[in-house]
Amino acid sequence: MLDVSLKFSRGSFALDLQFAAPAGSIVALFGPSGCGKSTTANLLAGLLTPLDGHIRVNDEVLFDAATKTSIHAEQRSIGYVFQQPRLFPHFNVAANLRFGLKRSRSAHFIDFDSVVHLLDLQSMLQRHPNQLSGGEQQRVAIGRALLSQPALLLLDEPLASLDVARRNEVLPYLERLRDVLRIPIVYISHQFDEVLQLATHVVLMNHGRCIAQGDLPTISLCAELRSLIGAEAIGAIVDGIVHSIDDHTGLAHIAVGKNFLLTDAQQLVLKQPVRLQLLARDLIISLDNPQRLSIRNRLHGIVVKLEPDDQHSVLLHIDIGGVQIMARITTAACEELHVQTGMNVWVLVKAVTLRGHVFPITKGNSR
Amino acid sequence: MNDLELQALQLSLSVAWRSVIFSLPFAIGMAWLLTQHFNGKLIVNTLVHLPLVLPPVVTGYVLLLLFGTHGAIGQWLLQHLDIRLAFTRNGAALATAVMSFPLMVRSIRLSLEGIDHSLLDAARTLGAGRTDRFITITLPLITPGIIAGLITAFAASLGEFGAVITFAGNIPGETQTLALALYSVLQQPDSETLALHLVAISMSLAVAGLLLAEWLTRLSRKHLIHAN
Repeated sequence: MLDVSLKFSRGSFALDLQFAAPAGSIVALFGPSGCGKSTTANLLAGLLTPLDGHIRVNDEVLFDAATKTSIHAEQRSIGYVFQQPRLFPHFNVAANLRFGLKRSRSAHFIDFDSVVHLLDLQSMLQRHPNQLSGGEQQRVAIGRALLSQPALLLLDEPLASLDVARRNEVLPYLERLRDVLRIPIVYISHQFDEVLQLATHVVLMNHGRCIAQGDLPTISLCAELRSLIGAEAIGAIVDGIVHSIDDHTGLAHIAVGKNFLLTDAQQLVLKQPVRLQLLARDLIISLDNPQRLSIRNRLHGIVVKLEPDDQHSVLLHIDIGGVQIMARITTAACEELHVQTGMNVWVLVKAVTLRGHVFPITKGNSR
Repeated sequence: MNDLELQALQLSLSVAWRSVIFSLPFAIGMAWLLTQHFNGKLIVNTLVHLPLVLPPVVTGYVLLLLFGTHGAIGQWLLQHLDIRLAFTRNGAALATAVMSFPLMVRSIRLSLEGIDHSLLDAARTLGAGRTDRFITITLPLITPGIIAGLITAFAASLGEFGAVITFAGNIPGETQTLALALYSVLQQPDSETLALHLVAISMSLAVAGLLLAEWLTRLSRKHLIHAN
């Protein structure tokens, strides 16, 4: 459990942030550069002191202005992974990893060998940081933070300093952490695709404030997200389970609410929890149940809300068997079809359109 | 090498070593202090650098006033610890230490200021307290600066003249270092050969010192190339 309330200011920048997350969450702090994400991380870690507020992690009070409690950074059980790896240049990888382990006061939940195995560090233990690539250095930094046996893992844009190739090399390890670790994770990012693949709970930030927070499916529908990631990138994020895989057609049937969505089976495994993103611009609305179409996914739904999008388009919020999704249609189409709330509609989306928008989350949503 | 030359060489090395070893911990402490913010920093900084700009004879004389057998500190040392500094080998070491102290502090301070504080923050979040961080991160990272400071101070100590002759005198076998021996020899007629010998020894020592410094600095840098 995480319960945070922070007030802080420096120069003209002011931070006033409250958020809470249930036990076992992966909380993403998401917002544009300069919105106060890194400041929040430093406040959580104790490298900065809030002017007011409190920080509670799993019932442990790290800071409370009311009772004048403030635990020193070196005594907080927080594993902090910075944007830059910050490895100690005069130690080899093994010594870097052991730095936090030796100084840990809490009970050990993960040992040296497990971390080395988890992050595939075997081949680099004797090397020095300057002999590693940026991605390898960041993996070591993650391992070093983990071995300090933290009660909370704090990742401040760990992929931001890497190029695309290196990012894709490190991202799978973050997914592994998400699936293996039982400690809460705070993941800071300004890349929504990272949030989409890793987070369970999202805190949207702008100008030092929280503008919305909630679980990922809820946040994916909220209007505040649109202002942060742009109209083209928004769309409902829904969780589902691979129900069946048709080897003959190569399609997987993913159970989402009471419906099934068909998409390429590719690397999916039976019974696997997955996360799907249905981009608002990719969905087609029909008032009839159309026949003789190539489109594999035809879902019946009820319009629950019409939200003005921009001058020429409308966002339809549609309930498909207990799950809400969002479709963008032109105002012209909306008027022609006389779309109203409560109306029965069919939502169409091609199976191939969903390619690249389905993310295995292993045990992620069972945390 | 005759006895006088050998004696002067040994004495020079002995005085220089005592001087740098004695002043090193103080220099590290002072360099650290000068990277902090406190009231009166300007005064402390000026005092440390004073020997660089004062005529060495003045520094030697001030030392004599303080550490001489009738000086405030010298008297106390003699009575309570039976330590006599004026006109002794340790006195010569003290005089050279004071003279070379600013050089050592400067070099260490420069590398302290070059330390990447983000590494110290990282160490902090990993559970390392202040002293722990200083020993495990700061000290290893400023090693090149410490070595450079040691060598510069050592080299300067070998050639120190004015402060030593004023505070410790020019006593053969006790405080007569190479520079002082050369000075004495030059006072005597027909001693060009001896003088040239002393000059040659001084020069060899200086060149060896510079080469050693370069080699040690390279060696320590090799282990400390920053990854980022």
